[in-house]
Amino acid sequence: MSSAPCISLDGISKRFGRGEKEVVALDGVSVEIASGRITGLVGPDGAGKTTLLRIITGLLRPDQGRVTVLGLDAARQQQELAASLGYMPQRFGLYEDLAVGENLDLYADLQGTPKSERAARFSELLHMAGLASFRDRLAGNLSGGMKQKLGLVCTLVGSPRLLLLDEPTVGVDPLSRRDLWSILFRLRDEKGLAIFVSTSYLEEAESCQQVVLLCRGKLLSVGDPREIAARAAGRTFRVGSNELGPRALHSRLARIPGILSSSIEGEGVRVLVAGGSLAGQLEEGGLGGCRTEPVAPRFSDAFLATLGEKGEGQGKARTPGPPSAEHHRRSGEDVIVVRDLSRFFGRFEAVKKISFHVRAGEVFGLLGPNGAGKSTTFRMLCGLLPPSAGLARVAGVDLRTGAASARARIGYVAQKFSLYASLTVRQNMEFFARAYGLSFRLRGERIRWAEEEFGLAHYRDADAEALPLGFKQRLALACALLHEPDVLFLDEPTSGMDPFAREELWLRIGEMAQQGVTILVTTHHLEEAEFCDRLIIIAEGRILAEGSPGEIKAPFRTAETPEPSMEEAFVGLIERSRGEG
Amino acid sequence: MSFDPMRLRALWRKEWIQIRRDPASIGIGVVLPALLLLIFGYGISLDALHLPIGVVVEKPNPLTASFVAGLEQSRYFAPHSYGSIGVAEDAMRRRKVEAILWLWSDFTRRGLREGNAPLSLIVNGVDANTARLMEGYFQGVWSQWLEWEAKTSGQPILTPVAVESRIWFNPALESRHYLAPGVIVINMTLVGALLTALVIAREWERGTMEALLSTPVSVAEILWSKIGPYFVLGMGGMVISVVMAVGLFGAPLVGSPWVLFLAAALFLLSSLGMGLLISTVFRSTFLASMVAVVATFLPAFILSGFIFDIGSMPGPIRLFTYLLAARYFVALLQTIFLAGNVWSVILPNLAALSLMAALFLGIAWKVSRRSLE
Repeated sequence: MSSAPCISLDGISKRFGRGEKEVVALDGVSVEIASGRITGLVGPDGAGKTTLLRIITGLLRPDQGRVTVLGLDAARQQQELAASLGYMPQRFGLYEDLAVGENLDLYADLQGTPKSERAARFSELLHMAGLASFRDRLAGNLSGGMKQKLGLVCTLVGSPRLLLLDEPTVGVDPLSRRDLWSILFRLRDEKGLAIFVSTSYLEEAESCQQVVLLCRGKLLSVGDPREIAARAAGRTFRVGSNELGPRALHSRLARIPGILSSSIEGEGVRVLVAGGSLAGQLEEGGLGGCRTEPVAPRFSDAFLATLGEKGEGQGKARTPGPPSAEHHRRSGEDVIVVRDLSRFFGRFEAVKKISFHVRAGEVFGLLGPNGAGKSTTFRMLCGLLPPSAGLARVAGVDLRTGAASARARIGYVAQKFSLYASLTVRQNMEFFARAYGLSFRLRGERIRWAEEEFGLAHYRDADAEALPLGFKQRLALACALLHEPDVLFLDEPTSGMDPFAREELWLRIGEMAQQGVTILVTTHHLEEAEFCDRLIIIAEGRILAEGSPGEIKAPFRTAETPEPSMEEAFVGLIERSRGEG
Repeated sequence: MSFDPMRLRALWRKEWIQIRRDPASIGIGVVLPALLLLIFGYGISLDALHLPIGVVVEKPNPLTASFVAGLEQSRYFAPHSYGSIGVAEDAMRRRKVEAILWLWSDFTRRGLREGNAPLSLIVNGVDANTARLMEGYFQGVWSQWLEWEAKTSGQPILTPVAVESRIWFNPALESRHYLAPGVIVINMTLVGALLTALVIAREWERGTMEALLSTPVSVAEILWSKIGPYFVLGMGGMVISVVMAVGLFGAPLVGSPWVLFLAAALFLLSSLGMGLLISTVFRSTFLASMVAVVATFLPAFILSGFIFDIGSMPGPIRLFTYLLAARYFVALLQTIFLAGNVWSVILPNLAALSLMAALFLGIAWKVSRRSLE
C-alpha cells in the first residue's frame, strides 16, 4: 500500500497579482508524493514552496490543474480534507496567550478528537516532544525550538494521515532540529504517516526518502536524494594551497567561472565544478600550484549543480567585485574585549560573566541553542543594552561610558529585516548614510560603491519590501557598511536563506575580513562555523568552548568519527553541559 | 453553513481565555468604558457649579453683606473676598477666580431705590461657554436677591423684567443626565467595533488564522466564535454603564429597561458586524484599528447627536448621519432614559438598528472565505 500516492498534482499553475506586477508562483507542476514516506521539498527563495503546500491543503486554489490529496479534490473538498490533514504553516499559529495544554485542547476540539482518547494521546505526544513538564506554561514563553515542537504536536492531535510542514526548522537551534526530525522519523515508522516537508537545510533534505526540487515555480527534479547526490559524482574536490590562506583562496576560487560553489573547510576550500578539468580551470585562474583531491559528493552539491545547469543562481556568487580599497587597520590588535560581562533581567541572569576577545580582521562566531544568551551578548556589544556588570570594549571605546561613540564605528545587521519596507533601495541607503552623518560628497561616493559592490543598481528604485530575500539581506548589509565601520555585527544573517544566497554572503564576509573589518556573527547553520577564524559556543549564559573550528572539534575525535562535524561537536558540548547541570 | 457544537465551544473557550489574559482587551472592554463614564460624568459636565468669583466691597454695609450672603447661598458661585479691585484683578489674571463682582462705595439702599445700583461684574471671557453661563447665573441670583430684598424691607424697588422659564425632559437641566447614557454608545462602539476589528486582524497577523483554517472549522464557526464572547462582554459593559449612569450620576431611567436592553443588543450586533467586516477586509491590526476608529468611534462621538445636536448640522452631514447606527441608538437612549417609552420614536429607531445589524453581519459573512486569498 505504501507505494500508492497520497498527493497527486497534475499541471498546477498559480499566479499572484495582475498586469505588470504579476508573479508566477507555480508553473505547470506535476508530481506524485508517495504515502508512508518522508518527502522533502527544496528550492531557492521564491521557488514557490509555500504556495505549493498551501495549494495541497486547499487554502489556495490553483489557477490551472488538479490537486488530489488522500483521494479528495483539495480545491473543492477542503473542509473534508482538513479532517485528515495536519498542516503546520511557516509561522505556526500557536496562540501565545494560551498554555501548552490549552493549545492542545483547542486543536483536539477543532479536529474532533474523541474525548476518551485524549489523555493518552496528549501525554504520548508531549512526552515525545519533551514538553510533558511544560503543560501549564504559556506558549508565548516557550523557546523557539519548543514552540516549533508544540506546533508539530498540535497538528498531530487529530491523528492525521498526511503531515504538511512548511520550513519547520527555520530559526531553530541544531539540538531542537535534531529532536524535531527524530519525531518525524518516529511518526513515519510507528504510524506510517506520510510527511511532506519543505526545508532550506539541504542536509535535512538528504535524510528524506524522496526529494522534490523546485525552482522559480518549476519542477526541476524528483527522486531519492542519494541518487540525486550521485549526479555530482566526480565534480567535488578539496583545494589546498601553500601560499594562500583559506579565505584568500576561497575568494579567488569563487571568481573562476567553472566553479559552481565553494566553501571553506578546515585549511582548504571545497569546490563543485560545472564540468571539465579542475586543473585547467585552476591554471586559468592563476592557481596552478594548488593541491587538489576528490571528495564525496553531497546532496547540496547536486542541488547546486542542478540549479547551475538550469541557469539558476548563475552569476550570483560571482557578483562581488575584487576587494576594494584596503581599510587601513593594523591587524592583530584586539578590537573587541569582553571581560566578566554579565546581564540580568530581573533576577534571571541571561549572560554569566563571560570573557573573550576578538582581533582586528577576524571573523568571530557566536553559536548556541535558542535562549543561550547570544542575542543579549550581541545587543550589549552593539551598545543597545547596558551591561549589568563587567567590561565591554569595542574599537577602544568602553560601552558603559561611550555607547554612542562606539556605535559610530560599528555596523549592525539585525536578525529580522529592519529597513524601511516602503522606501526604495536608494532611499534606504540615503537615509542610513544621513543617519550616520556622512557628508554630501561621501554619501554619493559610498552609495555608488554599495550599489556596485552588492549588485543593487538594478533594484535602485524598487521598494525594499519587494526585493527577493537574498537582496534584502544585501541591502541590509550595504546600509550597515555605508559608514565604513571597523566592526560588523551580524545576527543570524543566513536564517531562512537558500544555499546560493548563503554561500554568497559568506564569501562577502570573508572578503570584508580580508579588508580588515572585524566581524562578529551568530548562526544556526553549524557548517557555517567553518568560515569563522575563531568561535565560542555558549549555552545558558556560559561559554562552553572557545577556539578555532578545528580546536572546537578536536576533543570529539574518536576512532569511529575521526573527522567529527561541527554539529557533532556542538551537540556533544551542549549535552555534556546539561549533564553536568 | 455547518456547525459543530464541540468546535464552537472550543473556539468560545479560547476567545474567553484570550480576553482574560490580554491586557488590551480588558483595557478596551472594561477600564476604558468606566474611565469615559467618569470623565463624562464628573469631568466634562457642561454645567458650571461653584464657580470661583472674587468679591470686592468698597464700603461694607448691611446691604452689601446681605447680597454677598445671597451669593454664597447660590450653588453656582464660590465667592472669595478681596480688599481692593487691584488684588482681585491680579487673582483673575492668575485664574484663581473666573469673575469679579465689584460693589461700589455707593451701593446703598437709596441707590438701589433709584434704579442705579453701582456694581460691576467682570467676567473672564477666555472660556466663552463658562462666561455666558456665569452671566446668566448672576442675572438669576441678582433678580432673586432684589425680589427678596424688596419683600423683607417692605420697600418696592425697580426690578428688571422677571423671566419665568420651564425646562422639559431634563428638569434639573443637568448635562450628565444625558451625557451618561450617551457614553453607553461610545462604550459599546469600543467593544463592538474596535475590539472585534482587532481580534480577527490579529489572527491573520500572527498566522493563527492559517492554522485555524487548516482544521475542519467552518467560516460560520469562526464568525460566531468572535460574535459570542464579545457580545457578552459588550452587554456586560452596557449593564455597568447603565448602573453607573443611574446610581452614580442620578440619570433618570424613565422608560423600560427591557426596551433599553433590546436596543443595546441590536446596536451591539451592528457594531460587531462592522468590526468583523473591517478586520476581515484589512488583515492588519494597525489598519483595522485606524479604520474602526474613523468609521465607527469618531462618528459615534461627533455625528450621533450624543454631543452635537443633529438638527443643527448642515444638510449633507445630516443626511450622512442616517448611515450611522450610533445615531439611532443615541435617539433611543435619550428617549428611554429621559422621556420614557415613546413608541413613535422607539419603533422606527429599533427597526433601523435591526436593518443595520443584519446588513453588516450579512456583508461580513459574505466576504469571509475559507481560504487565504
